[in-house]
Amino acid sequence: MNKLALSLLIAMLVNLVSSVALNTQANAKTIHSERSLYRNILVEENNGLRCLKFNVKSAKTQQSCMLVDNPRQLVFNYTKLLFSGLLINPNPERILIIGLGGGSMSNALHEIFPNANITNVEIDPAVIKVARSYFSFFENEQVTSVVQDGRIFVKRAALKKQQYDWIILDAFNGDYIPEHLMTQEFLQETKNLLSANGVLAANTFSVSDLYNYESATYKSVFGDFFNVRNNNNSNRIILASSKPLPKPAVIAERAESLNKKLRPFNVDIKVISRQMTSTATTQDWPSDTRLLTDQYSPANLLNLKH
Amino acid sequence: MTNKNNKIQQWQNPLIYLLAFSSGFCIMGIELLGGRILAPFFGSSVHIWGSIITVFMLSLSFGYLAGGKLSTKAASLNRYGLIFIFASIAILPVAFYSQSIMEAIFLAIEDTRYGSLLASMALFFVPTVILGMISPYSVRLLVTDKEKSGQVAGFLYFVSTLGSALGTIITSFYLVLLFEVNDIIMVFSATLFVLGLSAMLFNRLNQQKSVSENNSSNHQGVADE
Repeated sequence: MNKLALSLLIAMLVNLVSSVALNTQANAKTIHSERSLYRNILVEENNGLRCLKFNVKSAKTQQSCMLVDNPRQLVFNYTKLLFSGLLINPNPERILIIGLGGGSMSNALHEIFPNANITNVEIDPAVIKVARSYFSFFENEQVTSVVQDGRIFVKRAALKKQQYDWIILDAFNGDYIPEHLMTQEFLQETKNLLSANGVLAANTFSVSDLYNYESATYKSVFGDFFNVRNNNNSNRIILASSKPLPKPAVIAERAESLNKKLRPFNVDIKVISRQMTSTATTQDWPSDTRLLTDQYSPANLLNLKH
Repeated sequence: MTNKNNKIQQWQNPLIYLLAFSSGFCIMGIELLGGRILAPFFGSSVHIWGSIITVFMLSLSFGYLAGGKLSTKAASLNRYGLIFIFASIAILPVAFYSQSIMEAIFLAIEDTRYGSLLASMALFFVPTVILGMISPYSVRLLVTDKEKSGQVAGFLYFVSTLGSALGTIITSFYLVLLFEVNDIIMVFSATLFVLGLSAMLFNRLNQQKSVSENNSSNHQGVADE
């Protein structure tokens, strides 16, 4: 009897909490909205959590969130997962970020590596403005942002023989995928920009039919790569490098030494390091999967199928 | 003999409509793939579509002018078929040389607006001018009666624009999911080639029939005398 009462109480409590949570979600205040050349941009704030959203008012399309009182803390899981790139190259000096969002990654990386050159590439100038005014995104001698299509930036950078130690590809949101940023040719061009120890960290999808196509395409260019994911969201990070992947012992060691550095940003690199699986041991897509190329890249259509 | 000849003759207009439909289909199919082809070099922003649509509209307008002019001199189904053959050949560089053409333009022009405009010009201007010639030439072949000229032109636009609508939706919804861009371009080219050839063959068949008919009626005439 006691047990029953307790579970009833718990059920009621859970109900109450979730309805409060839903209500507060509904109570989010829109503090800025504009229509840019590419999308609708919304900035919403709720209980000290400020979020950048594209297109519609749904939780699915949140691009970037920031705690107004503690902007250093990274809110999104996938943003945190991106730091796994440091387990492959712990000391990046030249960092390229494709897809700015709120700019939280750029801000955090500048704080961790004050001497690193960080280049942000964002196609939509309105997103850069919003990041500056609402998400404390900043630029200085080390940190720059360029308004350009990611593919064109990569092509031009290759012509200038530029190299990067860490390339972060974060140009996809749940609604629309720039298909020319997911092809074999694009990945090859990106690989050519990587320095000897360079690493590519790509934020991608782990659901939908596209998963297999995307995985097969990455493997065709980089060979085996790491999948980094955690259980509570649908993002996965692909970690690829032109060099062979480091051994688990090396990764554990690097996680240990990075741990303190990343703590202030709410990133637990030790946990993340245990969520990496190499495709050398687990390849979870059929090996005859068709590759995405400039000739064949219906990524958005493939993403419709679940 | 005369009956048989009429039987062939009566298929001429449906054939012309079919050809006009197919050219409409191919024009929009190619235009749509244009976005795909340009994206790796010039991105997929709104000005890419600005460039592509500008070039297609511009070349169609020149094509209409040229096709109308051409139709004033010795218009025939044979020449009509030749337009299709030329168009099918003019599309081929899109499949075979687009990479090197776009690379050269990418290196020469930094601004993606003018880069994409020039690239669309280089790839699509010639084939689209030729494809544009088809509509006015079709009108010339179809109209026999001044009273009905508007109706004929209206039905022709209906058929070819319907072809364009279908070419757009089928290419973007289904073909890109199944085939590579170059394969689709090649199929368009082959289709135009076969259609052009069939117009020319039809014309030849028609002429042979009318020649033999003339001969036989001459014979009859002689016999009667």
